[in-house]
This record gives sequence, C-alpha cells and structure tokens, in this order.
Amino acid sequence: MTLSPAPEVGAELDPLVHDTGFDTWNRYAAVNYEFVPIHMDDEAGRAAGMPGAFGMGNLQWSYLHVLLRTWLRDEGRIRSLRCDFRVPNTKGVVTARGTITDVSEADGTTLVTLDVWTENADGKKMAPGSAVVEIS
Amino acid sequence: MTDSNISEAMRDAVGIEIGRSTSYPVSENDIRRWAIATYWPDDPPARYVHAPSDGSPMVAPEEFNAMSTTWQSASSQTTATPIPKPPGLVFDPDTTEHQVGIEGPGLTNMLNGGMSVEYGVPIKAGDVITSISSLGEYSEREGRLGLMLFSSTVDTWTNQDDEVVKRSTTSLIRY
Repeated sequence: MTLSPAPEVGAELDPLVHDTGFDTWNRYAAVNYEFVPIHMDDEAGRAAGMPGAFGMGNLQWSYLHVLLRTWLRDEGRIRSLRCDFRVPNTKGVVTARGTITDVSEADGTTLVTLDVWTENADGKKMAPGSAVVEIS
Repeated sequence: MTDSNISEAMRDAVGIEIGRSTSYPVSENDIRRWAIATYWPDDPPARYVHAPSDGSPMVAPEEFNAMSTTWQSASSQTTATPIPKPPGLVFDPDTTEHQVGIEGPGLTNMLNGGMSVEYGVPIKAGDVITSISSLGEYSEREGRLGLMLFSSTVDTWTNQDDEVVKRSTTSLIRY
C-alpha cells in the first residue's frame, strides 16, 4: 500500500467544492446528453415542484467519483459506489465529502470503505452513499 | 389511499431484457470532454487529457458514459417492439415501459432516484462497449409531492473481450 497518509477509520477526505448552476449543468448535459428542460430552464423546474432549474443526479454521481479519485491520486481504484439522490441540486455551492468507515486486507489487497455524500450550502446531504476502493 | 400506478403489465415485465446497445470505439476526445465537464471549473488530471507516453491507451474515469447519446451508438435495439414517444414530448417519463412495449403510468415528472455500481475492468480508448439492460422492481410510497413510483433498470456493460466493465442499477422516481 503506497497511499500516504495511510487510510484510517474516521479520517475525512479533503472536500471537493463546486459552485453549480447553468454553466456546470450545461457542460455536463453536452457530454451526457441530458438536455432535459428541468436542468435547463427555471420555469420547467418550478413546474416540477422545485424552486427552479436543478442539476443532474448524474453530475452529483460524477462529483463523488472525482472526490475519490482526487484522494486516491494514482494509488488505487474505485471498486463500487452507491448513492441516493434525496435533495435536488438547485443553484449554489455543492460540496462532496467522504469519511473512512473501514479498512481491511483481503488477498493482499487493502480495501477501504467510505461514507460519501454531497451536501448543499446549508450542510444538508443531497446524495448520501457509500463506496469501496482498492488501494494499490 | 391513492390508486396504484403499477399496472399488471408493469409487474409482469419485471426482469425482462429491455435491450442492448453497442458503442462506437471510445475515443480519447470522448474521455477528454467527459473529464473537462465533470472536473469543471478545475482542470482534469493530465491522464485524462494526454495519452500515456508509453503508447498504452488512455483510461477513462470510472463513471464515463460510453453509451452517451452525445457520442451515439454503433447499434441499439430493443428486445420488444417499443411504443413510440408521444408526439410533442421532449422527454417521455414512460420511456422505461415504452421500451418494452407496454403502457406506462402516465406520470408527468421524473427524477433520478439513485445509483449503485460495481466496477470491473476500466474503459480504455479504443474499447467497444456493449450494454444489456433489463427492467428491475417497482415500488411506491407517499412523498411530499404525492404518490411516488420507484422503478429501476439493471445494466451490464462488457468490452470487446467480454470482460465485465460494470454492473449497475439506476433508480427512477416518478410522480
């Protein structure tokens, strides 16, 4: 295992902060083909019962991956990830966070389990989930 | 008690194959564009911008969508005869059911409920990815916006060597 510092239960990953809005959502729509009115038009977002347009769950999903890869650098890989989309990403700051919940060895491989989530500017969890990564 | 939105036909369709698609070969530019969009406004890591100097193929971020409509598919077919998208709709909330040839619940709003994935071998530039998707379970519960319908799609991706790239489940919420 080469990741430094070595992962320890309770350790927090460096948070990943994004200021989200049409500039981030439109860029993502262009690669994931999510040209959906609720992500591109405030009126469509309000018609769906939200305060306005809101971002893609898939982009939250990417932010969680980016969080893990930034922490891992080239010293490991993501084995599994899951999350629920509970609070919509309306315009504003989104922070991706992670906390190590378990470190184990299996067949000479170090596996690290983490709680991961995105949260809004009020600290409310938007996409809570968990991940397992393998350390090289 | 609100009436259920889950019809007999929807229950009977659980587990059946929706369809399969095969990508064009993944290009380095597909990977670059994906990384630029998902790391924005930060620069993506160099490994997603510059091909390795040793001649090995560029490796994509794990969540890279090789089946994105942006890059189109080389082939795509549904298992059943699909019901066409209703005229005038930009996005069809009943797509899941229409793809397997049955009527959907006719709800107007749709949200991504959650995702779960197990990764296998990484996607590399030059790979040709095949996706086989099937219909998962349905459930319902009352929410802030009324009776919410939960459905899921199960998807397995393999590469040109029949190696599993990922197995994923995507949950959909409609109301």
